[in-house]
Amino acid sequence: MSYSAFSVFRHALTGNRHWPRAWRDPEPKKHYQAIIVGGGGHGLATAYYLAKEHGITNVAVLEKGYLGGGNVGRNTTIIRSNYMLDGNGPFYELGMKLWEKMSLDLNYNVMFSSRGVINLAHSKAQFDAFARRGNSMRLNGIDAELLTREQVREQVPHLDFSEHARFPIFGGLCQPRGGTARHDAVAWGYARAADQLGVDLIQNCEVNGFIREEGAIVGVQTSRGEIRADKIGLAVAGNTSVVAAKAGLERLPIESHVLQAFVTEAYKPFVDTVVTFGAGHFYISQSDKGGLVFGGDLDGYNSYAQRGGMYVAEDVITAGLAIFPQLGRLKLLRNWGGVMDMSMDGSPIICKTETPGLYLNAGWCYGGFKATPASGWCFAHTIARDEPHPLNAAYTLDRFSRGYAIDEKGVGAVPGHH
Amino acid sequence: MIRIDCPQCGVRDYTEFTYGGDATLQRPTSDCDDQIIWHDYVYQRENPRGLLRELWQHSQGCRCWLEVERNTVTHDIQSVQLASGGSVSGGTR
Ligand SMILES: Cc1cc2nc3c(=O)[nH]c(=O)nc-3n(C[C@H](O)[C@H](O)[C@H](O)COP(=O)(O)OP(=O)(O)OC[C@H]3O[C@@H](n4cnc5c(N)ncnc54)[C@H](O)[C@@H]3O)c2cc1C
Ligand SMILES: [Zn+2]
Repeated sequence: MSYSAFSVFRHALTGNRHWPRAWRDPEPKKHYQAIIVGGGGHGLATAYYLAKEHGITNVAVLEKGYLGGGNVGRNTTIIRSNYMLDGNGPFYELGMKLWEKMSLDLNYNVMFSSRGVINLAHSKAQFDAFARRGNSMRLNGIDAELLTREQVREQVPHLDFSEHARFPIFGGLCQPRGGTARHDAVAWGYARAADQLGVDLIQNCEVNGFIREEGAIVGVQTSRGEIRADKIGLAVAGNTSVVAAKAGLERLPIESHVLQAFVTEAYKPFVDTVVTFGAGHFYISQSDKGGLVFGGDLDGYNSYAQRGGMYVAEDVITAGLAIFPQLGRLKLLRNWGGVMDMSMDGSPIICKTETPGLYLNAGWCYGGFKATPASGWCFAHTIARDEPHPLNAAYTLDRFSRGYAIDEKGVGAVPGHH
Repeated sequence: MIRIDCPQCGVRDYTEFTYGGDATLQRPTSDCDDQIIWHDYVYQRENPRGLLRELWQHSQGCRCWLEVERNTVTHDIQSVQLASGGSVSGGTR
């Protein structure tokens, strides 16, 4: 069924007791044309675009837990395409364009809100660096506006503009079309739309091994039995190294690290854009329920634990108080962690591997939520056509050995620093 | 809080230490001109879910580099030793 204002009214009349389930719960078939391992945002989007853009509907998404239980349901939902390097800018900009029409396309309200993303600059030098970034964005056709201190003040009046500010605000760089979306709705929207096109979403189905024939990968061993497929794509985010090792990719340019997120109690309207601190690592936005959603640094050591340490919580909150001292009055409601697939240059991998039948989508670091639509779109293209789309052509595994790392921050091969 | 038992200084919070990552990597000798070996050293990681041998420097203590065996899921620490392989000379602790 299609969701509409009419269906909302009609179901309200019967107490919302008769909504049909949003997607089927099928038994896995013996064979599929394509299998996507991982039912996060990227896996679900890939399945959807395989069906929609390439007519490949005999597809299964295998998820070890429940759909959306991974990072797609744990992130701080910031969406932007303020990248500088060529391999990145146009890719994330495709993402922005897909975000802008996603709710209509999926017939599901993902609550995408172009509320703008403002990066604060705290010195003349930083402001100049932002001007350079803004200019490269504009050269790639991406919106970017440099803001003076007064312009920042107009948009975010509650920032600390007093003479006590530890890091006085000099100005900022704004991407007006950036913003946030409802993360769970993105997973559910893609799931429901893929299911309607015939994709089987198989939950509680952990991939434990791969079936190999004559050097090619031809299927998977799962907690629900063997399932075969012509093509198998991995989109398991923080668990990439574990799953890929079973498929023969013993080492990858990836480390798993934990990142935490925080939400306060609901508060009156306080900040209506996304704001990032320029003198420390901190980013914040306000959810529609009123909770302030924020985050900062990784915990700093390899981790597969979906929780972080108190020390980093303290560090993130300290950074927050430096720009919004009044946050100190709010109670923290919840905090949690997710396992990030940190790549060696901070950029992702979307490619065919050297093993026939095996495709890889990984290395999303902090920024994979915003990439969800573009990642699914490009990964579907790569799987369907057996070659990358020009927009993900730079995201290969061999870029490191060829000397084509895409290191947006220029920090080198230390994944925890990206 | 992860706590590391430094052989020189005793049990300390991990916040006194600087993380150095995977300790099993072998740096190629400086005359090595095999690009693949360098590539593997700089970029490729096993990234295990479970026991990892890793480096931590006690940067706010004795400044020694330590080799720590830690479980990346539970954070249980199995062993700590000086990365130099040396033993602690009497009396420092
Ligand atoms: C705290 C936090 C804040 C973040 N903030 C932002 C942000 O503001 N903006 C942004 O753009 N990005 C952000 N990110 C990053 C973003 O959430 C991730 O990069 C992105 O969600 C990863 O892709 P995914 O949705 O497919 O991952 P996931 O949702 O993690 O999907 C991977 C799935 O694979 C499944 N899986 C793993 N192993 C197996 C197996 N063996 N068999 C079957 N299934 C398996 C997992 O259960 C999981 O559901 C944040 C992440 C975290 C943790
Ligand atoms: Zn010490």
